[in-house]
Amino acid sequence: MARNIGEVLLNVEGISISFGGVKALDGVSFDVKEHEILAIIGPNGAGKSSMLNCINGFYHPQEGMITFKGKPRHHMLTHEAAKQGIARTFQNIALFKGMSTLDNIMTGRNLKMKKNLLWQALYFGPALTEELEHRTKVEEIIDFLEIEAIRKTPVGKLPYGLQKRVELGRALAAEPDLLLLDEPMAGMNHEEKEDMCRYILDVNDEFGTTIVLIEHDMSVVMDISDRVVVLDYGRKIATGTPDEVRANQDVIDAYLGVSHD
Amino acid sequence: MELLNILFVAPFLDMADSPVFFAEVVITGLLTGIMYSLVALGFVLIFKASGVFNFAQGAMVLFAALTLVGLMERGVPIPLALVGTVLVMIALAMLIERMMLRHLVNQEGIILFMATIGLNFLLEGAGQIAWGSNVKVLDIGIPDQSFEVYGILLNQFDLFAAGTGAVLVTTLAVFFQKTTIGRALRAVADDHQAALSVGIPLKTIWVIVWSVSGIVALVAGIMWGAKSGVQFSLSLIALKALPVLILGGFTSVPGAIIGGLIIGVGEKIAEIYWGPAFGGAIEGWFAYMLALAFLMFRPQGLFGEKIIERV
Repeated sequence: MARNIGEVLLNVEGISISFGGVKALDGVSFDVKEHEILAIIGPNGAGKSSMLNCINGFYHPQEGMITFKGKPRHHMLTHEAAKQGIARTFQNIALFKGMSTLDNIMTGRNLKMKKNLLWQALYFGPALTEELEHRTKVEEIIDFLEIEAIRKTPVGKLPYGLQKRVELGRALAAEPDLLLLDEPMAGMNHEEKEDMCRYILDVNDEFGTTIVLIEHDMSVVMDISDRVVVLDYGRKIATGTPDEVRANQDVIDAYLGVSHD
Repeated sequence: MELLNILFVAPFLDMADSPVFFAEVVITGLLTGIMYSLVALGFVLIFKASGVFNFAQGAMVLFAALTLVGLMERGVPIPLALVGTVLVMIALAMLIERMMLRHLVNQEGIILFMATIGLNFLLEGAGQIAWGSNVKVLDIGIPDQSFEVYGILLNQFDLFAAGTGAVLVTTLAVFFQKTTIGRALRAVADDHQAALSVGIPLKTIWVIVWSVSGIVALVAGIMWGAKSGVQFSLSLIALKALPVLILGGFTSVPGAIIGGLIIGVGEKIAEIYWGPAFGGAIEGWFAYMLALAFLMFRPQGLFGEKIIERV
């Protein structure tokens, strides 16, 4: 791909986390460069979601360091991660089910709201103007994702594929520098997957957003990612371009299983 | 035959017989209803904004009223005492967030509910240790004269309560539906994790919600306290708020108001006109019967959101 991959945006160094006796991640290191699409793959229980949870602050790794935009950190609060420009979607859709599509995506603008709480509470003057500006931005995202028709529908009533799209919209509303997608195509049919691929590539291309995604569908992963990190039992077993990873013997063993004797 | 007459004929004949008296009954009911609504509001606020059914709401009403009376007894002038109580309620909200909620992020609703039961006992105890358990008179100078309009007897105090309720409800409804914070609050209620991931500071939001519902508890405490004295049984009016919530829906601010009015009017009418058929004292249980009927036929209440569960 002829896109200009930039400097290192996110560097993950020796991350370990365990829950009770289970080591979910064991000394995992990799980096993500600006404007890149990086896929994390691995068999079930390999620690992929745990990795995302560490990056956006849901989990606090017991060892290791995460450097985002040159700032190393050991431990971060989730809403601060969001403030620094990390947005994400979830494996099991986490939308605000009682709210409309529009309101859901508006919550993504939450951090961009500048006026103080009092003004917002009064919903008057500068706060109103600001609300309208954000509304414009949200409408752009709605157009981009082609979900105009469901603008006012409570998201709990939407079919699965559309909910996934609304969730992506909410993440985009924050205009993130780093977008984490946890299985964006799980449970979708072929056509919906193709749509989602197109949106991911467009986001990457038009907004220059760096993307880290977890996906099980190998043809999707091989098509859209620049680089792939492979995890197995909490350890990184391979990293490289899709072609390199495909040819790696450890990866083949991890997926097909091999007798350890 | 006589039973049918008592149940289905006589009450309506009585109503038609003396319309002015009937109007008085309805108005008394409406005004009592507003008082129920005030308590129910506190529940709705916390439920909407954190998905927690706050069992301690009644105790918060008691605690707020006790604090206010306590300050006034120590010679603090009324306006200062009010400000002081509001500050105490905000401090309480911060404490609750720090000691209780922070440790229960992402837990099931039922676990948070159990925690509020604990909070209930704690507040009841703390309030009485700090301010004593005697019945106290609360007089903040709301006029309490009765007067007649078109032959209907009205009470200034009740009207004042109704006015306060109306102002409170309008403010809160606008706050929840129209403002950014309102949207953030609803987001937190729906999904803690997702709210965090879009950068909503959960802890701040919780402090705001519990402060607001603490202030609503204070208003309810003032109204009930001024009417019937500040005493331990104040925490039990929370029980009357339950049928109101079931009628109005747990997530609806207007629902809490209309539910309160229906219960208020319903129980007064039932007591006066149907009371004799049951040997009186219907007022005590009528609300719960009505709630039971609602649970069977419309469990989400009149205005609650119908939650669609997908499996």
